[in-house]
Amino acid sequence: MTEAWKQAFTRVPELLAAHVQLSFSALLLAMALCLPLAIWAARTPKVAAVILGFASLIQTIPALALLALFYPVLLGLSALLGGGISALGFLPALLALTLYALLPILRNAVTGLTGVAPAAKQAADGLGMTAAQKLRLVEAPLAAPTIMAGIRTAAVWTIGAATLSTTVGQASLGDLIFAGLQTQNWTLVLTGCFASAGLAIIVDLLLGLIERAIRERRKIIAWGATAVIGIGLAIALLPALGGRGDVVVIGAKGFSEQFILARLIGSRLEKAGYQVRYHDGLGSAVVFQAVAADDIDIYVDYSGTIWTNQMKRTDPVPADDMVREIAKWSASKYGVTMLGALGFENTYAFAVRPEDAASKQLKTLDDLARVSSDFAFGTDLEFLERPEWAMVKAAYPIEFKEARSFNPTFMYPALSSGEVDVISAFSSDGRIAANGFVVLEDGKGAVPSYEAMLLVAPRRSGDDKFVNAIKPLVGAITVENMREANYKVDRETDKQSPRQAARWLDEQLKDGKDQ
Amino acid sequence: MAMNSTPSASGPAISLKSISRHYGAITAVDNVSLEIAAGGFVALVGLSGSGKSTLLKMINRLVDPSAGEVLIADENVEAFDPHVLRRRIGYVFQNIGLFPHMTIARNIAIGLELAGQKNGDRDGRQERVAELLELVELPQEMANRMPHQLSGGQQQRVGVARALATRPGLMLMDEPFGALDPVTRDSLAGQYKALHEKLGLTTIIVTHDMAEALYLADRILVMEDGQIKADATPAELLSGGVGDEAEALVAIPRAQAAHLIALGQTDGRKST
Ligand SMILES: Nc1ncnc2c1ncn2[C@@H]1O[C@H](COP(=O)(O)OP(=O)(O)OP(=O)(O)O)[C@@H](O)[C@H]1O
Ligand SMILES: [Mg+2]
Repeated sequence: MTEAWKQAFTRVPELLAAHVQLSFSALLLAMALCLPLAIWAARTPKVAAVILGFASLIQTIPALALLALFYPVLLGLSALLGGGISALGFLPALLALTLYALLPILRNAVTGLTGVAPAAKQAADGLGMTAAQKLRLVEAPLAAPTIMAGIRTAAVWTIGAATLSTTVGQASLGDLIFAGLQTQNWTLVLTGCFASAGLAIIVDLLLGLIERAIRERRKIIAWGATAVIGIGLAIALLPALGGRGDVVVIGAKGFSEQFILARLIGSRLEKAGYQVRYHDGLGSAVVFQAVAADDIDIYVDYSGTIWTNQMKRTDPVPADDMVREIAKWSASKYGVTMLGALGFENTYAFAVRPEDAASKQLKTLDDLARVSSDFAFGTDLEFLERPEWAMVKAAYPIEFKEARSFNPTFMYPALSSGEVDVISAFSSDGRIAANGFVVLEDGKGAVPSYEAMLLVAPRRSGDDKFVNAIKPLVGAITVENMREANYKVDRETDKQSPRQAARWLDEQLKDGKDQ
Repeated sequence: MAMNSTPSASGPAISLKSISRHYGAITAVDNVSLEIAAGGFVALVGLSGSGKSTLLKMINRLVDPSAGEVLIADENVEAFDPHVLRRRIGYVFQNIGLFPHMTIARNIAIGLELAGQKNGDRDGRQERVAELLELVELPQEMANRMPHQLSGGQQQRVGVARALATRPGLMLMDEPFGALDPVTRDSLAGQYKALHEKLGLTTIIVTHDMAEALYLADRILVMEDGQIKADATPAELLSGGVGDEAEALVAIPRAQAAHLIALGQTDGRKST
């Protein structure tokens, strides 16, 4: 237990610094945008209605969706400007959080400025203040406590929402939460939650102190609290001055197999003398663009995913041809090198409870179609929107009673407990066999093949040392080994970390290959 | 602006030419024309809502006339940037309007601050603040207090001090002594009158107190429904024959005085 905590905490300082950098940049940007807008809005009620309406509208978009939306927007913008804009990582996270911070700051600033006593405003005019003097000497100081309260609200929101930036590939304390959720490592989840909540509470207290000091006109306290915030920021910003250098960034999507393979790749690269960092939890739409843009150096993807999502193909092709065509396509279109398939498949597998399989005689997807109107379907968060689901439905007359989406971690327990009757499992997942679930055959070959394969960013393609360090992994991982490694991380008891599972997997490779 | 031209009177002459101000269907000021001589002390009296404040605000452009024009020392006020114009006019607001986030000293000195007396002149400013506090009969230690720590009447006196700080030639005062007790009020009115005469200011004062108007001003204007219904010296007003509106206003202090005298006589008789 204490070992797990220690491991979780070693990642906190780095992620905390990234979290602080991100949320404060967003807050500063939002303030820079809002204050002039608020001044304009406070003078012109019509403008206020429009601006506040817009900000409220943004607030109704869930933070996660807002983050996801910036990805295509930035991609489009980058294409328009001839490249150079990174659609992943800091920039989209910054923009989304900035938009999210607008409402509280704007609303309070407009309220504060319009709420200045008319008598004071008229006196300012009567004494001969110019508009600028009136703003500086009267309106701004009188509105300051209200404005500060808005900034404080925005700060707390931003720090909370910044945990979601993990999904667009920006490091934050959310990395701990998302990784912990995937691997059911609650220590990791709690560490991430405590750290981000702690940060929010401390910032809230300090800003609250400043707000009160302004209200009561106690300059020393206001400056003292500002200085504490400044020092905290300076400490958080120090590592940013270092820059990325020649660190390899290994990408991973948000599930255990990806974490394990990333660590496996990482250990090989470390042995070859590279410094390695991990970018976990990238969405599958985002991760390919990330490798193409050199935001990450390498990651593992699955042939069917690239085939349907990136290449927009739906025609069934033999597995080997598919891998070959993907290699050609990614190299010519994006300069991304397909280094080779790892040797195992992780396809969508429809799994049912063994009792149902026996009593209802379920063997194939045709059998499933027969009973589907009585069945509740559990899937991961994206399957229902994926083309594979459309392909399955086109091939089999399946019509479920209901469909529910789960975080993959909770999908298997949901099937065991009878909450759902069939799930879209992953064929390399150790929990299928461990639970005794029965996988139904796709007799018509509706689901494309999902060979795991290594994709390398353009900037590493010519790096022989890099390629040679990874090359031995090609064709070296059996589906049995992968399942067992996954199960080590995913099981309920005696859980291992992805790094430990990767070490185990590495040993199996050596046993198989070198001896 | 030639506000300080005449040696005997530093205050400017004011001329209102057919000014009106409408608020939708309401006519707050209705085609008023008026000449006020340099160094004049004019009291503006009239019932609540008769347009006194509106008239006053049109002189320093806090309110723009719907029609007509305002000349100060023969120059149209429209010719100046509003803030330039207003810095040369002392204005005491009916609702005081002290800046709640500034000390009393800074409130009083704000006009000097705006005029660009920088930190180098801070001593000069402090002296001026002390001088003005004395004039409005407030203790010096109030300089460092905040407005909410003062009583209504004390705040009102700070408002007067603030208007006087930059030594303007023209003073527009909207019920400057309204919240004061009669003793302080009388003393302050006397002080102000002396100052007005010494500096040769031009002053327009709005008041609801007819006795005060009669005592202070050399000319009294009676407003009703946005129009000036009577324009007379205190003596003319007291002798009557200047119109019903004026008569009604003068009748009250006169009746009160008579009542007091009568009361004094009965009391005197009882006690003996
Ligand atoms: N900003 C405004 N909008 C609409 N109507 C106004 C406005 N200012 C004044 N009025 C109206 O104009 C008329 C004259 O108002 P003004 O303030 O000049 O009266 P006043 O003589 O100063 O009264 P008081 O003695 O109560 O201060 C009133 O009927 C008032 O309701
Ligand atoms: Mg008035």
